[in-house]
Parts: sequence; C-alpha cells; structure tokens
Amino acid sequence: MKQIWTIAGRELRTFFDSLIAYIMLIAFLGFSGFFTWLYGADVFYVKQASLQSFFSIAYWTLFFFIPALTMRLFAEENRSGTIELLLTKPVTDWQVVVGKFLSTLILILIALALTLPYYITVANLGSIDNGAVWSGYLGLILMSGVYIAIGIFTSSVSNNQIVSYLLALFIGIFFQIIFSMLAGNFSGMIGEVLNYLSVSTHFDSMSRGVIDSKDLVYFLSIIFMGLIMTEANIEKKRL
Amino acid sequence: MDIVVENLTKKYGAQKAVDNISFKVKTGEILGFLGPNGAGKTTTMKIITTFLTPNDGNALVGNFSIKDDPESIRKNIGYLPENNPLYEDMPVIDYLRFVAELQQIDKSKINDRILEMVNLCGLEGEKHKKINELSKGYKQRVGLAQALIHNPEVLILDEPTSGLDPNQIVEIRELIKKIGREKTVILSSHILAEVEATCDRILIINKGKIVADGTAKELRKQSEGKEILRVKIEDGDKNEIFKALQEVSTVGTVDFIPNEENTFEIQSKPELSSRREIFKLCVDKKWVLTEMSFVETKLEDVFRNLTMN
Repeated sequence: MKQIWTIAGRELRTFFDSLIAYIMLIAFLGFSGFFTWLYGADVFYVKQASLQSFFSIAYWTLFFFIPALTMRLFAEENRSGTIELLLTKPVTDWQVVVGKFLSTLILILIALALTLPYYITVANLGSIDNGAVWSGYLGLILMSGVYIAIGIFTSSVSNNQIVSYLLALFIGIFFQIIFSMLAGNFSGMIGEVLNYLSVSTHFDSMSRGVIDSKDLVYFLSIIFMGLIMTEANIEKKRL
Repeated sequence: MDIVVENLTKKYGAQKAVDNISFKVKTGEILGFLGPNGAGKTTTMKIITTFLTPNDGNALVGNFSIKDDPESIRKNIGYLPENNPLYEDMPVIDYLRFVAELQQIDKSKINDRILEMVNLCGLEGEKHKKINELSKGYKQRVGLAQALIHNPEVLILDEPTSGLDPNQIVEIRELIKKIGREKTVILSSHILAEVEATCDRILIINKGKIVADGTAKELRKQSEGKEILRVKIEDGDKNEIFKALQEVSTVGTVDFIPNEENTFEIQSKPELSSRREIFKLCVDKKWVLTEMSFVETKLEDVFRNLTMN
C-alpha cells in the first residue's frame, strides 16, 4: 500500500509542478461555475434549490478534462523510457497502475471539493435535498473513476500522448452518450444491455438522489476492468 | 550475491536476440559485457533486472529466480538502463527521495542515504536543480545515484559512460571501481578500453551468443599464438624484399604497411619465430635492417576477429 501512495504522490506532485493541475482546476471551476450560475439552464433559470445544473455540466467537463490528465501517465513513461526504471523497482505492475489511478482521482476530488461553495450557496437560497447532492457528488466521483480507468488504459496503449487522449475520448464517448442513444433504437434484450452499459443511465439516477447497488456495481466493475486491462498491457511489454 | 544465467533465450518475433546464453558472475567481480550494437547485451541485462521475461531459461540473483521472486531481485539490484531515463521534471533531491521510498528504505534513514549519494556522486551543487537542467554527465551521476541509493548487492549498468567527456568517463570509471569492490557488477559497453580499464572479466557476445569469456589478458593470449613483427628494411627494392621475406621458412604472411616506405608486417607460422631468419636474410642480401618490433595483439583485434564472422 505504501508503494501505491509513493507512486500516487509523485504523480500528484507532477500534476501541480507542471501547472496541469492548476489549469485543470481553473478551467473546471470556470466552466462549471459559468453554466451553473450565469448561463443556460442555470440555477436561477430553473428556480429550484438544486445542483442538477451543476451536475449535468460537470458530467461533460469532466468527460473532456480527464483524458487530458491521464494521457501522460503511461505514454510519457513509455516514450522517455522511465517505465523501465519504474518496473525494475520493487513494485508490482498493479501497484503502479493503482498508484497512477489514485493520483488522478485525488486531483478530481480536489476539484470537486472546491465546488462545495456552490452547494453552500444554493443551500442558503432555498431548501435543498441534501441526499440528492451527496449522491450526485458520489456519482461524479464514480463516473470520473470510469473515465480515469479508460484514460489510463489508452495511455498504456501508446507512447504518444495525443493518441492516448483521442483514443480515450473515442472509447469514452460510447459510455458517455452513444450506448444510450443506441439503446433507444433497440428493444428487448439488446436495448437493455446497451442502456445498462451507458454511464449516463447510472449517473442520472444518482444525480437525482437514487443510489442503487446496481449502479455502484456498474461503476466499480468498469473501473476494475480498465485497471486490469492496463495491467495486462504492461505485462505484455515484458514479453 | 552471485548471478547465474542458465540457457537464457529471448526472441523478438522470429529473431533471437539472446540465444541460449549461460554464464556466472561471482560476488566482488566486475564483469564487462562486450559486443557490437544489437548483440543482445541490453536484452540480457533487461532480463536479469526482471524488466523482460525470457522465452526460455532462467537467471538467478543470489538465491532468487527471476521467475519466482522478481520482487526480491528488484530490491537487491541497482540498475542504470541504457540512455539513462529519468523523470526530467523533478528536482534531483525529490527524485532520489522517490526512488528511496520505492526501495522501502527506512524513513529515518532516507535523508542520510540521499546525502551520502549526493556526496558520493558529486551532486552537491546540483541537488536542488531540476534534472532537465543538468548536463549529460550530471544526469549520468543522478542515474548512478538512484541505482545505488538502497545499497544494492548487485549493480547492472548498461553503457554507463556513453556520451560523457573523457574526464567524466574517468571519474565514472573510478566510481564504479570503488563501489564494485564489495558488489557484483555487470557493465556493458562497446568501448574496449573502458571494459579493459574497469572489469575483472570480459564476456564477448555476438548475435546473441557468447563468443569469448575471460580476463583481458587471457583473451589476448588466445588470439596471440602467432608472432607478429613490424620490420623496416632499407637499401633494397621493396618488391624484391617482399619476395625474399615470403621465402623465409618460418614466415607465414607478409604485408606492406601502407604509406610507409619499405615497412612490412610479418606474421610467423604458429609457434615459430622469424627474427633471427630475417636478420640473417638482411646480412646475406646486404640490406640494412633499421627497425624490428613486436606488434602486440590489441583487444580490438580479438574483438573484431570474434565478432566479424
């Protein structure tokens, strides 16, 4: 476990040292703040004391930002050859993968923690459904986990960061929107499966305050799958 | 810790990078791994450091096998890969701390160890700089420092002096020699002088196979056997001299040395010496012998002989 934190800590420091973290935080807070408070279906337009508008904008901003954070994680190590140093230290491949996953997740947690003033402000404007807010935040964290896992996997595929960014978006867009769009065109079994595969199905119910174990299993299993596939990819490099 | 390599084979596709190699390195020995580019040096080292898994065969470091216990091997090995990859955006101290933590050094000892490495590798003035601000020589020292920080019993260094200037090369060599006294060291290079200067034993590898194994002296002896002389004979027609020399009974081959008047390289037949015969020949023909000297077989020649075919 200590090894995982050592790796996560180094990655996190790199995020902050290279300004990526600050740019990401400012852009995320800027976008989500703008659309939550000032423009479009914002809080004042909806006239409800709820964070629905924040959750739906964060859902999309995170979708685009997360691959930008993860694209470096393995691609850069592959390109510069530092992966060889890392993998000949007393760490397992799994520890490396999980360490990198956690570093990005922690950065997302920081970003989400910085939006808590939104919650406090809205709570002061009217009576808010606290349960829905917390389950919405949990939904954002879990869906971030899914895209981090996908991003890390695509980063381990290539040693070019742009390739891994685009590949992550390509795979991600299926979970984000395409599966649910397709689900509308199919009835019966296929429709249900596609619907179940879509992140939006699970996220929407969570952002409305419904936490179902089915949703948790979905998010956690996709995260786990992504990490396992990344580990397998690293294993493959040793052959 | 001894290193034992047994029947190691590694294929990249259909090509065998390492072909059924076996050798042993004893504790306290510095082994020089020599071979032309692409001979399989780096691949062998990557297998010993557990970065690559072999198709066949095994390697043992101490009692640990690369197959069953790679993590124990990694704890006991200090590795400097080819091209010395480093996290360029990290300051030297932070980087060393990161490696020390990965190597699970006691928290209370980490600072002391880092300072020791900084002193040993001469990084005092550079320790707070980012690695990408360092010159190549200093980067190499950081690479060595990270390989040594957990005081490993085995050191694997892949071309540790490539790209350094002559002063730095000497410094790094001294450092390796100093450290190598109590450790098992494998060092690869394609520079012969380097291997000769640092290593106790030399292993020459070509096309994935070991072609020679021994000390520099032994290797030189192997290809000696024949006496080679450099001879300068004046006061005669060079073609005539050439012919006469060839007819001497002990002489194997005669060559002109290019760009030098009347100078020849003479290789005697195995186990025979032609010095007296040549002198007599000159006296008979009234030529003047102005130079006669031994040509020592260079390690370069041994290397070329072994790796050219």
